[in-house]
Amino acid sequence: MKIPYFPGCTLKTTAQNFEMSAIESAKKIGIEFIELPRWNCCGVVASLTSDDLMRHLAPVRNFIRVQEMNKQGLVKNENRLLTLCSMCYNTLSLSNLRMKNEADDLQKINDFMHREEENYDGNIEVVHFLSILEEMGFDKLAQKITKPLKDLKVASYYGCMLLRPKEVGIDDAEAPAILENFVKSLKAETVDWDAGSRCCGSYHTVNNVDIVYNLVKGIILDARKNGAEAIITSCPLCAFNLDVRQSEIKKDNPDFQTIPIFYFTQLMGIALGLDKKAVGLEFNKIDTEDILKKKKLI
Amino acid sequence: MAQIIKLKDKDTDFLEKIMELSGEQITLCEQCGTCSAGCPFVSEMDINPSQIMRLVMLGQESVMDSKTMWICASCFTCTVRCPRKLDLSKVSEALRQVTLRGAIDEIDIKEISDEEALKLPTIAVVGSFRKFTG
Ligand code: SF4
Ligand code: SF4
Repeated sequence: MKIPYFPGCTLKTTAQNFEMSAIESAKKIGIEFIELPRWNCCGVVASLTSDDLMRHLAPVRNFIRVQEMNKQGLVKNENRLLTLCSMCYNTLSLSNLRMKNEADDLQKINDFMHREEENYDGNIEVVHFLSILEEMGFDKLAQKITKPLKDLKVASYYGCMLLRPKEVGIDDAEAPAILENFVKSLKAETVDWDAGSRCCGSYHTVNNVDIVYNLVKGIILDARKNGAEAIITSCPLCAFNLDVRQSEIKKDNPDFQTIPIFYFTQLMGIALGLDKKAVGLEFNKIDTEDILKKKKLI
Repeated sequence: MAQIIKLKDKDTDFLEKIMELSGEQITLCEQCGTCSAGCPFVSEMDINPSQIMRLVMLGQESVMDSKTMWICASCFTCTVRCPRKLDLSKVSEALRQVTLRGAIDEIDIKEISDEEALKLPTIAVVGSFRKFTG
């Protein structure tokens, strides 16, 4: 299956390990990501005021790229746009929802973009890679696993953007299970914990890092308390806060017990038999190899 | 601890402006406090999210002196829990926009060190600028 793929800025910079592990893992199960030609940044955070239509231009331009890919034959009858980054997923989805629900807004945007060769027709569906896996069937994924992640206790960290607001959430906002089902398909153990959808502090990491330190400490302590040996995420901003900021907490508090942070696709890749280089483990800040060696996975 | 808040006359224009910008029918808020109870940032705020709702409802422009809307990170926790289906993340955004549209930034880009700038992910920087600069 070939599917149009929107990487977003961060997967090309600080989250290369996310992109490489996802592309390689997907290949193993017969999914080929076709990167959008001329994609542009989605804007990162969804516009939440009623009147600033301008902020929806960036997402809509990317939707037009998907239409063009179908015309050019890069993909066949594929109106889905695949995302990996949770923030891109959320922002693109919320803009798309508005374009689908508000015909006048869509018209205004189409009129404004007179340089685009075609209008956005409102028919693209933004999907997250996890939803594609779910649709394919986690039991099918389980059959393709060559290296079961036996005994590895994995806490699923959803953060905010995969689940909220409800209109775009990939699962129930209060009691999600999609990541846990994913973890089970890799034959790892799930962890029952409280902090799985608690905010990590998000962009406050730029100019109010103390807020992030407090939230990250709380999340890691909760994971520890419930026996987690690893945490998975699908957001490069959560990953930065949980991984890099956690390592800074450790530096200031030598007694603090860290937990390795993985992109979900990195563990998927390992379970599908990829080596540690192919899933980019060297880009993770907190050591990830100790625990994987201990479980005889690398 | 009891807090004494002195109310000014109701500024209906202010209330209407925030309702229009946010698209939320703020006067429907029943002050149940669910939003404040679940907000992961509430300990960092000077007044809590439901108090913001109350002050806006009463047309108190003094709410602009609070830092709460700048701390709110649009995590949408309250959004999915409000029994009145109000979206407080939109109210915070509207309040931020009132300041930012006056060309007043909440962040000084020059304060970010080179070391931090090199290590921060793009989404953190773009997200922060979108929320804190006009
Ligand atoms: S949860 Fe909704 S109704 Fe309750 S105080 Fe907050 S905004 Fe008002
Ligand atoms: S959206 Fe804002 S006010 Fe609501 S819970 Fe999140 S940080 Fe708190």
